[in-house]
This record gives sequence, structure tokens and C-alpha cells, in this order.
Amino acid sequence: MPPVVSLKNVNKIFGPAERPTTIALKDINLEIQPREFISLIGPSGCGKSTLLRTIGDLIEASSGEVMVNGKPARQARINREYGMVFQAPVLFEWRTVLKNVELPLEVMGVPKAERTRRGREMLRLVELQNFERHYPWQLSGGMQQRVAIARALAFRPELLLMDEPFGALDEITRERMNAELLRIWHETQTTVVFVTHSIPEAVFLSTRVAVMSARPGRISDIITIDLPYPRNVETREHPRFFELVTMVREALRKGEEMKE
Amino acid sequence: MEVALSAPTRPIRRVPPTLAVILVIAALAVTWELIKLVFNLDKRTLPHLWEIADAFVQPSRRNGPPLISVLLEAALYTLRGALLGFFIGAALGFVLGTIFAHFPLLERSLVPYVVASQTVPILAIAPMVVIWLRGSWWSVPVIAAYLTFFPVTINTLRGMRSPDPRAVELMHSYAASTWQTLWKLRFPSALPAIFTALKIAATASVVGAIIAELPSGIQQGLGGAILNFNQYYITGPERLWAAIFMAALVGILLFVAVSLIERIVLRNIVRAA
Amino acid sequence: MTHPSRFQRYAPPVVVFFAVIILWEVLVDVLNIQRFLLPAPSVIAEAFFRTFSVIMNSAAYTIRSAVIGFLVGAGAGMLVALATARWTTMREGLMPFAIALNSVPIIAFAPIMNNWFGSTNPMSKIMIVAIITFFPMMINMVRGLTLVEPAKIELMRSYATTPLEVLTKVRIPNSLPYLFNALKVCSTLALIGAIVGEYFGGPRESLGVYILQEAQLFRFDNAWAAIIISALLGIAFYLIILAAERIAIPWHASVDRR
Ligand SMILES: Nc1ncnc2c1ncn2[C@@H]1O[C@H](COP(=O)(O)OP(=O)(O)OP(=O)(O)O)[C@@H](O)[C@H]1O
Ligand SMILES: [Mg+2]
Repeated sequence: MPPVVSLKNVNKIFGPAERPTTIALKDINLEIQPREFISLIGPSGCGKSTLLRTIGDLIEASSGEVMVNGKPARQARINREYGMVFQAPVLFEWRTVLKNVELPLEVMGVPKAERTRRGREMLRLVELQNFERHYPWQLSGGMQQRVAIARALAFRPELLLMDEPFGALDEITRERMNAELLRIWHETQTTVVFVTHSIPEAVFLSTRVAVMSARPGRISDIITIDLPYPRNVETREHPRFFELVTMVREALRKGEEMKE
Repeated sequence: MEVALSAPTRPIRRVPPTLAVILVIAALAVTWELIKLVFNLDKRTLPHLWEIADAFVQPSRRNGPPLISVLLEAALYTLRGALLGFFIGAALGFVLGTIFAHFPLLERSLVPYVVASQTVPILAIAPMVVIWLRGSWWSVPVIAAYLTFFPVTINTLRGMRSPDPRAVELMHSYAASTWQTLWKLRFPSALPAIFTALKIAATASVVGAIIAELPSGIQQGLGGAILNFNQYYITGPERLWAAIFMAALVGILLFVAVSLIERIVLRNIVRAA
Repeated sequence: MTHPSRFQRYAPPVVVFFAVIILWEVLVDVLNIQRFLLPAPSVIAEAFFRTFSVIMNSAAYTIRSAVIGFLVGAGAGMLVALATARWTTMREGLMPFAIALNSVPIIAFAPIMNNWFGSTNPMSKIMIVAIITFFPMMINMVRGLTLVEPAKIELMRSYATTPLEVLTKVRIPNSLPYLFNALKVCSTLALIGAIVGEYFGGPRESLGVYILQEAQLFRFDNAWAAIIISALLGIAFYLIILAAERIAIPWHASVDRR
């Protein structure tokens, strides 16, 4: 089986070629295996979103090779092999919750009955089955974000790209959403690439944490998270959890020093 | 912010504005003449552009001054009425919008009528306004103001309600007075909406001034000129066209003036898309 | 802030309405205001019933030009906006000029239309209304089609959608609130356009000509009755669009959210 994501010497430079403004990504090499949960963590502006969007072919790498499921990223996007969750929920305000979840299925030509069935199933997964007729503005921020997750999962992508999906949530909701995401990850057997600013969140969720450093954006360290499953409230009290949090923090600090 | 930064930016090749203006005007002129040529339209339907241009320099009547000076005077006359109406209407609209933003009961009682006032075709009541003001010149600014106050009222109301509720709460936490919240928070956040309204109002005030001149028998303005040259359309259509061009110019001029002021005032305010 | 109840919302304007009518009636009587300045509501009502058929015929003529012109102008504005939705560069180059043209007092063209089509030909009024309504519709619609949150477009890109799907699923729904705003503006402009067109010459049985003529003959009660009718027409036109908006975009902020 090929790696789900394979990045070889990926560079991304913003600005016109003759006057490059930012080197957002420099020599990124990364392989992500099926069923992995990889978190990208790093200081603001280090290129996490850029990396995620390069994988999703929302922007093109300046050089290097971006493969998804053994195909160029562009082909994978056209085959609709990944689901994307943005930092903001990005719901269509003219669609009800259910219709929002159905959007990708609609675009992909899934018949109506099947669409509704699958949409409802996904809403149950994120525990919003009682809100299918609501409009986005009638939901709280956390609920909206859950709709966005349901939408990303609706067509059962093999790869889920998430850009700080819980950034706007309070600590308690965030921890609950973390647990829910892990459960969904187990149930759907997807591969996840997850951008976050929170060290505990990265450690709690991931199989591996990729630590990035800024200017130019590089992956400075990759830490394997060997916490046992199932992960739950107790996991967060586990001594190993704290060790790993400290390791990631150290790696982040080292990345900062490398810059100077 | 992130979203805005990383939006797929399309390469927009900027044509220098002056060149663009010249190009578009040239294109319009060519279209005009082409239409005339293709449909074989006579002078009465569509005069040549040069005939209209020529009309500007010909005397408007025998031994009179050239048409352009007559029309410029008329334009100034109309502009004066429009501007006065614009200022009155804008001030009224701002005050009303501010009051409505602060007193929901007044808003609910009166805003439906503010809206209804604009669904009344203005020319229908123009004759009555003229009678009320005994045919004086004041009917021009009054009718211009009538068309102006509406967009300003509505957008001031919307704009004053636009600040983030958390920002309002922040002002509350400072125990700021209503006045302080108004001037330091609500007014600045309302500015973009107010300018949008002022741009609409600029045109509306010119429309109002021209309409007002029609039933009041005022001869000195552009409305009078249009009415007058309309009667001589058969013999000299290019003079009516010249008057209409002048009216168009006044409308565009006032609009551009407000846009420039907007640009200066809002220079430092990030515009919400 | 608590939401006002249905009663709290509708009662105040109704109270204001009756208060104004009563005050108007009483003031005209007490201050002995002359009929040519302002007839009392009762006098206007009486004139209305007396001249009912003339007013209604005139109103029918005017509203017909207004509605047909509105449909033509707003429809064309919509189509042009949709057609240019894809040619970004061209559209962005031309928009400033459309906006400039929109600031032209287009009613000034009314006499030209009368000369082209003949003042008693309804086409002259239809055309002026169509031109007047075209620009606001086109400008608003282009805004609605283009001022889309970039992340929404990006989401669609992640689904590898066709440009047509982006248009139908994102741009057009996004433009609907703009569309209805434009329709509201156009509804008023349409009536103004039709009546101004009539002012420069029109058939005897049209609101513009009728009001003017009655005012010139000092039959102010008749003129006022026709004014009230044209006002009611304008309000009805506006309310129809408001109702359509409620049905078409129940999700939008301008629609009551309770
Ligand atoms: N469209 C763009 N044009 C130019 N520069 C860009 C663009 N998008 C991102 N950048 C630059 O690339 C760098 C990385 O940006 P990116 O959004 O990937 O950061 P990030 O790690 O996601 O930051 P944050 O944690 O704040 O979201 C930044 O310096 C940013 O200024
Ligand atoms: Mg980011």
C-alpha cells in the first residue's frame, strides 16, 4: 500500500518568481501511512496551513513532489479523495444543517435518498441529529464546527485535512470534540492531517506530531506518540502524556532557536 | 485573516485609470456611431456625436451666447439646488438614523413610513411641494432632500447597529456614556455604510433637483433646459442631447466627488467586505 | 435585546397611521387650511370615489409600463451580471463605468424615449423604466456574485467542482440578498421612471399626466386622490418584493429570524 501522503523536497514560495516575498515551505519531506493521525504544530506563520493546502492541491507547490494515495495531489483532488475542515466552519448560510452536510454528496452526484441517509448518519456521528432543519446561524460555534466535520466525513474520504478546526472553541468543548474526533477516526478508519496550536491537543490526538519551525517553514522534528488506546480523560493524567507534552514543547523551543 | 491572505488571487492586470477612461469613452463613442450607421438612424433619432459637440459651441438662440455657456449656467443652477438638498437630506438622514438606532420604539413606529415615503413616486407630489412653497426656488432643494434622506437614514441606522456586540460591551465596561459610545464606536463603524448611502444620495439629489424644476416652472436649471429643448426636438435634437449630456456630467461629478471624500475619510478604516 | 413580539412590532406603525390621519383631518379643519394647500383626508376620500374609474384607468396604464419595464430592465441586468460573472478581468474593468453610468440622472432620457417611440406609445415609458432599473440590478448582482467568502470557493475547489457548480451552488445563492435589495430599489425607480416619462408627455389616462393636469386646473382633491393611489401602488409593489424575499431567502438576516 502506498503512503497516503508523500511529500518529497516540497518548497513553496509566495510572490512573483522574480521577487519572492516569503519562503513558506522549505524542503519538506514527509510520508504519512494509512490510518495515521498526524498533527502539524509550530509558531504562527510557519507554514502549517500552507502545507495542508498544498497536500489538498488548493495551492500548488513551487517545487517538489506532492503525492496523495500514490497519485499527484491534483489527481487526488479531482478524484475527491480527501475532506477538508477549515479553521472557520465555512457553512453555506442558505442551506440547512442537513443540506450543508449533503453538499459534497450533491456535487458528486449521489442520488437524493442516499444523500439524505448519509447526511443523517453523519449528523448522528457528531450528535447533531436533532438540528438537521436548523440554519447555521441558529447553532453555536462549536456546533457549526461539528457540522463542518460531518460534511467533511460525509463522502467517506480516505484522508481528512483539518486546519485548526477547534481553534475557536473553549477548553471544555475542545476536549470533548477531541474525544469525539478520535472516536470518529476509529470508526471511519481515515487518515488525518491535523493542524493545531495546542500541544496537549496534538499529543492527545496523534500517532505522530510534526513540529515545524518558521522562516523558512521546515519540519524540524517528528515525535511519535506512543500513548495507549483507547485515549480518554485518564490519558490526559497519564505521566507519559506529560512527558510527551514536554518533548513537543522542547522541540518547538529548539525550532525557535534554530531560526536565530 | 488567514482566509483573506490565502484567497486564490487572480492576476489582475491593471490598466492605468486615465487610459481606461479614455478607452471606454472611445469605445462608447464608436458604439454610438456604429449603431447609427448599422441601423441607418436619422438625426432625429440619434444625431452624430460631432453634431452634438458642434451644438455646444453654436449659439443656443439667435445672437445668444453659445449653448455650452447656457448649459454650464443651468448645470451650476441645478447643482446648487442639488447640493443644498443633499446636505439637508444627509443631515436629516443622519440624525434620523441615529435616533432610530437608539430608540427601538421610534424605529418600529416610523421606519415603515420612511420606507413608504420612497415608494411614493416623487414626481407625483412634486407639484404639491411647489404649491406649498409658493413656486419658490426652495422646492428644488426640498425635493432633492426628500430623495437624499432615505438611503442615509437607512444606512446610518444599519451602520450604527453594526459594531460587534462585544465592542459595545467593552464600552459598557468602561461605563462610557451613550454619547461616548456613539462617537467613539458606533459612528466610526457606521462610516462605510454612511458613505455607501451618500454615494447613492449624490445621484438621487441631482435626480431630485431636475425633477423639481419640471413642475415649478423654473427655467434656469437643467430640468428647465431639458423641458425647453424637448419642445424644439424636431428642429434641433442635438440640443436636447447636449442638455442630457450635461445632466449626466453633473450626476457623475457629484458621485465622483463623494467617492473621493469617502476615499480620504475611510483611508485608515479597514473596509468590511 | 429582547425581540419585540408580533404585536409590539405591528402596533406602533398602525397607531402612527391613524394618529396622522386624524391629526391631519382635525388640523385642516381647525387651522382652516385652504383646499389647494392640503385637502382633508375626508375630502380626498370623497374625490377618490367620485373619480374612481378615471384614476383606476390611469393607474392601470402607469403600472403596466412600470411593471413591464421593470421586468425587462431588471431581467436584462440580471442576465448581463450572470454572463459577465466568469470574465473577471473584463468585469472588473467595466464595473467602475457601470457605476458611473448609474450615477447619471437617467430620467433625463425620458424625453428622448418619448421622441423615439412617440409619447402615447407605451414603449417610450417601458424603455425608460427598463434603462433606469438595469444599472442598479446589474451592479448589485455582480456584487452578489463576486463578494463571496473565499473559503467557500476553496471548499468547492476541494470537491473538484466545475465552474458551473460554483456558480449555481455558491455564487447565485450568495447573490440572492443583493438581488432582492436591487429589486426593492428597482420597484421604486420603476414607478418614478414611468411617471416622469409621462410628465414629458403621455396619454391623458396615465397617473403622471392626470396628476399634473388636475393640479394645473386647481382640482387638488382629485390630484391628491391620484397621488395617494400612486403611493399605494408603490407601497404594494415594494411589499410584493418583500414577500417574495421572505419566501425565497428565509435564511437571510434581513428576514425576520424567529
Ligand atoms: N496567499 C499568500 N500570499 C503570500 N503569502 C502568503 C500567502 N499565504 C500565506 N502566506 C505566507 O506564508 C507564511 C505561512 O503562512 P501559513 O498561513 O501557512 O501559516 P500558519 O503556520 O498556518 O500560521 P497560523 O498558525 O497563524 O495559521 C506566512 O508568512 C504568510 O505570510
Ligand atoms: Mg494557519
